[in-house]
Amino acid sequence: MRLAPMSERPARASIDAIDRRIIDALQGGFPLVERPYLAVAESLGIGEDDLLARLDRMLASRVLTRFGPMFQVERMGGRFVLAALAVPEDRFDAVAEQVNALPEVAHNYRREHCLNMWFVLATETADGIGAAIERIEHETGLAVRAFPKEREYFVDMRLSVRQGHDA
Amino acid sequence: MMRDDIERRLVLATQAGLPLVPRPYAYIAEQVGCSEAEVRERLADLLARGVVRRIGAVPNHYAIGYTANGMSVWDVRDDAVDGLGERIGALPFVTHCYRRPRALPDWPYNLFAMVHGSSRDEVLAHVAEIRAVLHRDCRRHDVLFSSRILKKAGLRIGA
Repeated sequence: MRLAPMSERPARASIDAIDRRIIDALQGGFPLVERPYLAVAESLGIGEDDLLARLDRMLASRVLTRFGPMFQVERMGGRFVLAALAVPEDRFDAVAEQVNALPEVAHNYRREHCLNMWFVLATETADGIGAAIERIEHETGLAVRAFPKEREYFVDMRLSVRQGHDA
Repeated sequence: MMRDDIERRLVLATQAGLPLVPRPYAYIAEQVGCSEAEVRERLADLLARGVVRRIGAVPNHYAIGYTANGMSVWDVRDDAVDGLGERIGALPFVTHCYRRPRALPDWPYNLFAMVHGSSRDEVLAHVAEIRAVLHRDCRRHDVLFSSRILKKAGLRIGA
């Protein structure tokens, strides 16, 4: 299995000044009108075709990871839980493969700490979390540390495009 | 919770993203089996109920210049953590901020704030800003930099 290193990122040259404005504009609310792309394109002073082509290209080159509604799982009855493992270095890639194989694992990051693998379990129902944790513990022989959220103060992935990233 | 079958089909039809066609809601309506106006009304309702946080683009952080990210974790006094969590969450470089249970003795941290920057130094400077806000209400903290993305998939509910 191939793991993406942090250095694997889209070529910076693939973003120009118009793309940057599109990304910033589309992190806000997308209009619920019959032709929403036309409305956004007009506000940016570009053509609807150009906007659609640029979005298609940015999704294909993974400058954008997705475009669409962002669902809050808990409001649909589902559950998100952050969890961590302390994985022995010589088993790291093998354990990553075991953990990533579970469809319940939405994200997984290596972090610099003795708890060196941090992942998010996302399940459609609350009781799916316990089953996923048991399976990971059974397959890896490692104890899963779960950090369920007790309170959410803020969540918003919006970040403005940094200057100098328009090639 | 999902209210009915149309809502469930709407989630299934849009969780991979909105179609890149001039009339995306009409396209979704065909898949869901309702009118284009109903798709827009239901999306507005999902937004109002908070089931959908927003409709928009999620950039790859690395592609837009945020090449460093650190999960900052803080041991904050229980009687102060909620007020401080709100303040930390409002900082522009923090994308997620949660209170989570401590796992004593080796994990004393109860406040988690994800910090993004264009370098580790910038992340550490932001962490110092958080430290200043927490001041004496924080006993210890740590920053866990990510060194590799092992998996990144969107949420998928079953069909």
